[in-house]
Amino acid sequence: MSEAPPADPAWADAVWAATLLAVDPQGLGGIVLRAGAGPVRDRWTKLLHGLLPAATPWRRMPAHIADERLLGGLDLAATLQAGKPVAQRGLLAECDGGLLLLPMAERIGADTAARLARALDDGEVGTERDGIAQRWPARVAVVAYDEGRDDDPPLPVALSDRLAFHADLSAVGLGACGDADHDAVAVLAARARLPSVTLDESYAQALCATALRMGVASLRASLLTLRVARAAAALHGRREVTEDDARLAARLVLAPRATTLPPPPEAPPEEPPPPPESESPPPPAEEQQVQELEERLVEAAQAALPAQLLAALLNGEVARSGGRVGALSASPRSGRPVGSRAGLPRGGARLNLIDTLRAAAPWQRLRAAEAPAGPQRIHVRGSDLRIARLQQRAATATLFVIDASGSSALHRMAEAKGAVNLLLAECYVRRDQVGVIAFRGKGAQLLLPPTRSLVRAKRSLAELPGGGGTPLASGLQAALATALQVRRSGAVPVVVLLTDGRANVSLDGAPGRAQAEADALQLAKQLRAARLGALVVDTSPQPSPSARALAQAMGAPYRALPHAGAAELSAAVRALPRQAA
Amino acid sequence: MALAFPFSAIVGQDEMKLAILAAAVDPRIGGVLVFGDRGTGKSTAVRALAALLPPMRALVGCRYACDPADRAPRCDDCAMLKAAARPKTHLVPVPVVDMPLGATEDRVVGALDLERALTQGVKAFEPGLLARAHRGFLYIDEVNLLEDHLVDLLIDVAASGENVVEREGLSVRHPARFVLVGSGNPEEGELRPQLLDRFGLAVEVRTPTDLAQRVLVVRRRDAFERDPEAFCAEWHDEDERVRKRLVAARKHLDQVQVADAALEQAARLCMALGTDGLRGELTLMRAARALAALDGDRAVTDAHLKRAARPALRHRLRRDPLDDTDAGVRVERALQEVFAP
Repeated sequence: MSEAPPADPAWADAVWAATLLAVDPQGLGGIVLRAGAGPVRDRWTKLLHGLLPAATPWRRMPAHIADERLLGGLDLAATLQAGKPVAQRGLLAECDGGLLLLPMAERIGADTAARLARALDDGEVGTERDGIAQRWPARVAVVAYDEGRDDDPPLPVALSDRLAFHADLSAVGLGACGDADHDAVAVLAARARLPSVTLDESYAQALCATALRMGVASLRASLLTLRVARAAAALHGRREVTEDDARLAARLVLAPRATTLPPPPEAPPEEPPPPPESESPPPPAEEQQVQELEERLVEAAQAALPAQLLAALLNGEVARSGGRVGALSASPRSGRPVGSRAGLPRGGARLNLIDTLRAAAPWQRLRAAEAPAGPQRIHVRGSDLRIARLQQRAATATLFVIDASGSSALHRMAEAKGAVNLLLAECYVRRDQVGVIAFRGKGAQLLLPPTRSLVRAKRSLAELPGGGGTPLASGLQAALATALQVRRSGAVPVVVLLTDGRANVSLDGAPGRAQAEADALQLAKQLRAARLGALVVDTSPQPSPSARALAQAMGAPYRALPHAGAAELSAAVRALPRQAA
Repeated sequence: MALAFPFSAIVGQDEMKLAILAAAVDPRIGGVLVFGDRGTGKSTAVRALAALLPPMRALVGCRYACDPADRAPRCDDCAMLKAAARPKTHLVPVPVVDMPLGATEDRVVGALDLERALTQGVKAFEPGLLARAHRGFLYIDEVNLLEDHLVDLLIDVAASGENVVEREGLSVRHPARFVLVGSGNPEEGELRPQLLDRFGLAVEVRTPTDLAQRVLVVRRRDAFERDPEAFCAEWHDEDERVRKRLVAARKHLDQVQVADAALEQAARLCMALGTDGLRGELTLMRAARALAALDGDRAVTDAHLKRAARPALRHRLRRDPLDDTDAGVRVERALQEVFAP
């Protein structure tokens, strides 16, 4: 490629992404740019803008945009003035042929993401709203600025899956920002060349194989690599894709999506000069070439893996893959407004006055003509009434289920108490709840019903009895009942079990290890079937197989924390992916 | 309207393709739900179906495209048209109505015609999406993102086959018999059981993990996007074959025999799985018959039942709290039990 400027590799890749996106915006879908607002991001944005032909539409979209603004709908003012329905284009249609910028993209909901995804797929936007049925072309590319911190949920996969590039500028300093190697003229030339660029079958195969080996399941990503390779070839003035282009595509598209480290090639490594005339039939030359190409592509992609992603992959975990923190739930009474719908303001639903008047406005002439002459100024009917649709992020309720039996009870309880306090202190910001269930002797006790109150938690946890047998099954049963109750109230329950897994009291209170363990496993399966988020913390000095088996039956991650400190414990809980209710 | 990706060019996903065809052969099956991974061609397959369907005959001037063969007029338009002398008929494409996200209720069920109200001050009914989907398909992408009040409405109309609108002193009822086709991604939220039950068949699609298949998918998609006309022309013959199969199957559907033995097997299968109610059995029977018709067979055999069982029953299993095995696997297990030699 070109001579390397003294730029940060992350910046250089982001510039490549910008340049290729300028060449084929609709084909490549767009980019997810992980960067907070700041000079580096501004610089990149300016660079992208400079690469685009003049007069390319360039719009910003707020994360909480309303449907009628995004998709288009009835233009009420124009409609009333003209005396006939006038449709108004939405942001997507206005942006046809251009770029749509999404600041705080990690905040958009699944519904907005689905609308954008549909426009990206179809290249047009359809609206069926308020008496307007229309379709407009909307060939857009999306620049999604992901401003999330580490523990924020990633942006909806429905959207990010369709955007070719995922770049990260969060660690790039302003000093490391070079200029682009290409300019708008080169981009225009590349656009003209793009339709005639050919791609050899072998590259398609090698790129698909590379995606599979990096654990990129989505077929869209593979398709995008082909397009990126073509755009790169066009940019370099070539009529066909070369290896450099394919490597660039693998690096830009596949590396950030990797979920596994590529396993080494299946065949044992051969000696550098392959035996010229071996006994076994050598693989056909073509096939071998593809395989070698694949190796080089994997290498290119692997070299570009960001350090922390690499570390996470080595640990066998995938960075930031988690579910959403607190599922969204619709509620008639509280939350942030997300539009309105026809309906009567009953059961606590709030009337949306403006939308009601808007709904009534077009019909005034008709109704005035029908109504008996009278002093009535505005004719509003039942069918006009609009109620606000509200949506709130469901709170998470963390239930600690603590084994208070035996000798280590006191220590365990003390640390659990510390963790509860830490979580409550912090979850005030997130409006989450914490509850505590302890089990010992013959049964379980709900010590602290799910609460948000730190004071209350301290009071009810002040005195904790300990010792006695281990009725693990009873503890799990109480956890299940409480968790389901929590779920019914609209929060998302997460069960954190602290135990050594050595049950010795069965569900009916009788002593006996075998029955007790069978009961515990049975209830663990029920917890799993209820799809509860859970974590098993093994507090025994040596990791015990029974606690691990329990975690497996619950479908929960297992952590061995023999000396579980309060801080460690609350960190482990915070790291849990929250499951949707 | 842009060209759709040809149905026959979809790689793999045989269960999905078969379920969609079966639902098209016999609308009484009650539609298809396609759930699964992203980018597996869920929407592609449904949209491709539209291009496959042979045109249907409708009365000229009927806004609901009613079937002229119907004796009793089903809607006001037909009543008026049939009262007049010799109504004319014409061939129209079978509607495959794509329900856009963010559609409002008035556009779905129909409402007062805004244009005529404003320009002429006249109350007139303007049919909505449900009317447009009559005798065809209503496709809801991302069905799990659909708002609850719209879901309720759809369930109601799909069950009764009739849409009733009471608005502004206007009282309209018109036929709305359509095949509900939904697709979605389970990661984005589960479907309510009431809606789940509405779908006759349910299929799950997975991203293929076989390299050769993946390469084929990507190559075909790429070829289609680079030159849609040429690609569709290339697959025209293949699509034409599927269309002929579909047309023949519809024609022969009524002649397909269902022996008592087959009915018994179906009942045994449902019993083994503990499915709720008779819906499962009925759907299984209809799906098996549609498959037999598609194969050109004159009687339902065990082979048809086996193929129909998974899509027809997968979503009707009672949830067992102690068994979280994949539903498809459970059906498979019951099949082996019931059809054991």
